[in-house]
Order: sequence, then structure tokens, then C-alpha cells
Amino acid sequence: MKQTTTESAVLQGSQISQDKQKQSASAMIAKFRELGLLAFIVLLSIGVQIRNPSFLTWENINDIATNTAILSILAVGMMLVIITRGIDLSIGATLALSGMIAALTVSHYPDLHPLLAIAVGVGIGLVCGIVLGFLVAWVNILPIIATLGMMNVFRGLTFETSGGKWVSAHQMPASFKGIATGSLFGINNLILIAIVIYIVAYYFISHTRTGRRIYAVGSNPDSAEISGIRTGRVLWLVYTIMGGLSGLAGVLWVSKFASAQGDTASGYELSVIAACVLGGVSIAGGVGKISGIVLGAILLGILNNALPMINVSPFWQMFIQGTIILIAVLVNALVKRGIDRNHLMRRKI
Amino acid sequence: MKPRLLENKKDFTLKDFFLQWEWLLVVLIMAVFIMNTNLSEYFLDYDNLRDATMGFLDKAFMVLPMVFIILMGDIDISVGSIVALSSVIMGDLYNHGMPMEWAMVVCLAVGALCGWINGLLIVKFKELSAVIVTLATMIIYRGIAYIILEDQASGKFPEWFKFLGWDYVGNIPFILITFAVFAVAFGFLLHKTTFGRRVYAIGNNATASRYSGVQVDRIKIIVFTLAGLMAAVTAIFLTSRMGSTRPNIATGYELEVIAMVVLGGISTAGGKGRMIGAILAVFLIGFLRYGLGLVNVSAQMLLIILGLLLIFSVAIPQLKLRFTTGRKA
Repeated sequence: MKQTTTESAVLQGSQISQDKQKQSASAMIAKFRELGLLAFIVLLSIGVQIRNPSFLTWENINDIATNTAILSILAVGMMLVIITRGIDLSIGATLALSGMIAALTVSHYPDLHPLLAIAVGVGIGLVCGIVLGFLVAWVNILPIIATLGMMNVFRGLTFETSGGKWVSAHQMPASFKGIATGSLFGINNLILIAIVIYIVAYYFISHTRTGRRIYAVGSNPDSAEISGIRTGRVLWLVYTIMGGLSGLAGVLWVSKFASAQGDTASGYELSVIAACVLGGVSIAGGVGKISGIVLGAILLGILNNALPMINVSPFWQMFIQGTIILIAVLVNALVKRGIDRNHLMRRKI
Repeated sequence: MKPRLLENKKDFTLKDFFLQWEWLLVVLIMAVFIMNTNLSEYFLDYDNLRDATMGFLDKAFMVLPMVFIILMGDIDISVGSIVALSSVIMGDLYNHGMPMEWAMVVCLAVGALCGWINGLLIVKFKELSAVIVTLATMIIYRGIAYIILEDQASGKFPEWFKFLGWDYVGNIPFILITFAVFAVAFGFLLHKTTFGRRVYAIGNNATASRYSGVQVDRIKIIVFTLAGLMAAVTAIFLTSRMGSTRPNIATGYELEVIAMVVLGGISTAGGKGRMIGAILAVFLIGFLRYGLGLVNVSAQMLLIILGLLLIFSVAIPQLKLRFTTGRKA
């Protein structure tokens, strides 16, 4: 009982300090980051629309939304990982592995219910996540090293299970491809799944004890441990969630593109991390909101879609993406500095 | 950052001497040799082994400065991209009429500049970990390489340049001699100079080092610049061996380099490890890969083995600590 009271006191404390930000420039940016991001997205869309009128058509917007759905599902998991001061470079490989195994399963059993195919993918992803969580939380390996190593293992396993071959569209039953192309109430399934995940994740991280513990571990692992939070379990949970979401994304990806390859989503983890840092998730841990990363993912999705439409060479995309990550990270750091300075100024004794 | 006590200098005992990580590596290398000799009759042959070293030494140049970086508790995952960028710039300049000698100088300069930018960002933005900074520059550097060459390749280098990576001096490969020179230089820098001692000090406790008058920022910038420079050296040898260059070369090299360093017994927590360990790890992984290649183990299987090797070499010291002292590192 005593443990839980101290724990909630710590959680409340961080809440209060977040609420009491005074009106300095950086605090304003931190507070209205989502609004700024939204304004930027609107301005960007208008700019692109002027250059190419086919940008803001219903089909194209739908296209952007379905593309962003997978990215943002992964970003939800990545946000949790980054909040605990970690990073997961293996998600592209986890995605490929679970997508490949799901695709192989349905090509052998064409009558399998699509939900079972999703379950297979999520299951594989969960196993990958549990292994990573074990390495990070229990063996205590740095997340970057553990995920870098397992990235290669998962990627290698993807090639090994498929024997280097592709699973292509004609090997997949229509029901499986229907996961990504079908729709409910006129909205594409991918978008619906993504929205459900946002809502569940929002409730989980903002309104459950375990969710708040994730933030506590990220803002200060030592005091979280002292307050009675089992940090190891929280870390393990976070990587497992990330793995499960990657598995889900793997099935959706394979179903959407109707092909599973050994190098599916290679390097995709970088886009996911970019979406997170754009959305204001702090690499130093403890900070991050669902609304932020959704906007970050949408911004990236729009950029990927719009650059070819305004005749930017595809070879510029990598550079632009990298620069955006760097600028977003640097701006985050500067904003945090401003807030910290503010806190110091208020601490008059 | 947890405080750690420096161990007192112990008396020399035979038991401690042989219970070092480096001896484990020597034993492993011997095991790989025995395994490979059993697997393939072609393995144990002087000419074969000599030529095998030429195949894996190109990335070994990056291992040397990476030892310094990991000793300081940092990491640099942009080295593979620096190889690509400096190689692409060198190739493109040569194809646009610059003499090869000057193109090589520019290549080295570009590498050093990339490393310097990494170091500067890491030092100026201390709240950012080296992971995220080099992750961003990793994408940017390769992005620039793609902007320069798009999907083209650059080649038609002069004959003498192609021989850099394939040539022998006497009976010894030129690349092996170059590596030996650099390895001795970096080993000397790490173990016999105040600069090296300061690198260890930073790895043990950066704050304490700063208060003791160690110019932490300057040393970090120098080390990251060296990492960029050595990536450019790798670029020269790699380009020479391949005879052409593309923006997608050296993808994933950062993993191999980090794996070699970590396998060499350099602790990712910083402050622990020796240069000789990393050099032994280079040869261990190199010969392992060569031997498995001889018996047609697929590249994907090698990927899995490499990843597991990286995990185990980090996990073993952690587990040992956990079971001997009953606490986490």
C-alpha cells in the first residue's frame, strides 16, 4: 500500500510540473507543438495543391491515409519504446518476418480465416518482442545493440523461412488480400485498425496504472525503481507491445502490397523513428503523445506522397527525410533546454 | 551514469593473465581454424589465408576508431554511410576530370568532415544521445550519396588505383600492411599516450573527467573525426577492390564494425577493453565468414550468426556480473 502511494505521488508530481509551464517561447512551442505541426501540414498541403491540383483529390487523400496507417501503427509502439529511453531498430525485420510467415501460412492453407492470419503475424511479432524484451530488460543489453543484433537475426530468418523466394499475389487467397483492401462503413480497414489502436493506446498510456508507469520509467528510471515500479517488467512489456504491433503491421503490409519479400520494409524503422521525433517524442525519455505521433506520421506520409507529385527526384527523398529527423531532434532539444531554464528561473528560494 | 570504482592494480598472476577476454578470442580463432580445416581442405593454405585477409580487412579500418568511441560510451552508426558518401564523391570527381590522387585526398577530407559534423552535433547537443544523432546523419550522408550518383555507378578508375586493394608488397597484401600500420598507431594512441588515458577516463565518468580538467568535448570531436577519416580509408580500399562505386555500398557495415568491437571485449558501458581484443575479433569474424563461405553457407545464415555473435558477446559479461554479484550492471 505504501509503495503505491509513493508511486502515485511521483506520477502526480510529474503531472503537476507538466501543467505549470509558464509562458516562455519554448514552453509555448512544447504546448502547441501539435497545433504547429497541424498548421505546417495544412500549409504544405496548400503549397503542393497549388503546384499539382491532383494532390487534394479523394483518391490521393485515401492513398495517403492508408499508407500512413501502417506507419502510425508502428509509431505507437516505437513511442512507448522511446519513452522508456530505448530504441528499436529491429521492427523492419520483425515486420518482414511476421509478414512472410503469415503469407506462407495462407499460401499453404488458402481457406484460413483472415483473422487467423492476423493472429499468426501478431504471434510471431510478439515472440520477437519478447526475445528483445528479455535481452533489454533481463540481460540488460543496451537497446541499440540488442535490436541491431536481433534485426539481423530476424532478417536472416525471413530469408531462411522463405528460401529466398517471394510470396506473390497469386499465391495469396482473396480473403487475405481483402484485409487491407476491404472496408467497413466506407472506411478502409487499415485506417479503421489504426484508429482503434490509437484509441486503445491513448487509454492505455493515459488512464491505466501500467501506462503511467511507462512514463515514470522513462523520466527517471532510478526514482521509478525506488518508488516500487518494477522497471524490468515495464521494459519487457514495452518491447513486447512493439513486437506485437510490428507483427500486425507485417500482415497488413503484405496484404496491402500483395507480396512478401525477404527485404520487405528494410530501413522502415527509420521512417517510424522520424515520425516519433517529428511528433515530439523526446529521445531522452518520458515525453510523448499519441496525437503528436499521429500528426508526425501524417506529415511524413504527405511528404512521401507529395514529393514525387511536385517533381522532386526520388533520390532526394532519403536526404530530405534525414534532414527532417535531424532538425526535429535538434528543435526538440532546444525546446527542452528552454523549458528547463524556465523551471530553474521559477525555483526562487 | 553510475559511479564505478577503478580497480587497484593487481599483482601479476598466471591465472588472471590467462582468464582474460583476449585469450578467449585466441581460443575461438583456433577453434574456427580447426573447424574450417575439417570443413574444407582448401582452408589451411598460406596463399588462401593471405588472400582471405584482403577480403575482410577493408572494414577493419573503421574498427580502430570505433574502439575509442565505444570506450567513451558513445556509438557511431553512420560510418557505413560515410564510406558510401566519400567513395561516391571520389568516384564522381574522378569521372569529372579530377586526377585520382586529388580525388583520394578529397575522399579523406569528406570522411573527416562527416565525422567532425557528427562529433560537433554530439558535443553541442549533450542531451541527445550519439545514437539518434548518428542515426540522422546516417540517413543524410547516404541521402547525399544518392543525390550525387542517383542509380548510376561510377567507375573506370586508373589501373594503379584498382591495384591498391589487390596488390602485394613482397608476399604480403598491401591492405594488410596498411592495416597493421594503422592498428599499431591507434593502439599506441590508446594505450601509450595521455590522449588514450583520457578516453578511458571519459568512458568511466565523463563528468568527473571534465572536472579534472579533461577537455571532453575536444577529445570527442577528435575521435569522431578520426572515425570519419578511417571510414574514408575504408572507402578507398573498398572502391579499389570493387572497381566501381554506387550509393548503396557498405550498407550494414556499421553493424559488423560494432559487432567486432563488442566481440573484442570493449564494454558498451564504456571505459573497459583493449585495442588488441578488437583486432583479434576482426580476424575471428573474418576467418569465420571466409570459412563458412568456402562451404557455401548462405549470406543470410551469416547474417544470423553475426547478429547472434553480437548479442552473445554483450550478454556474456552482463550475465557473468549478474550471477557473480547478483545485481544488474
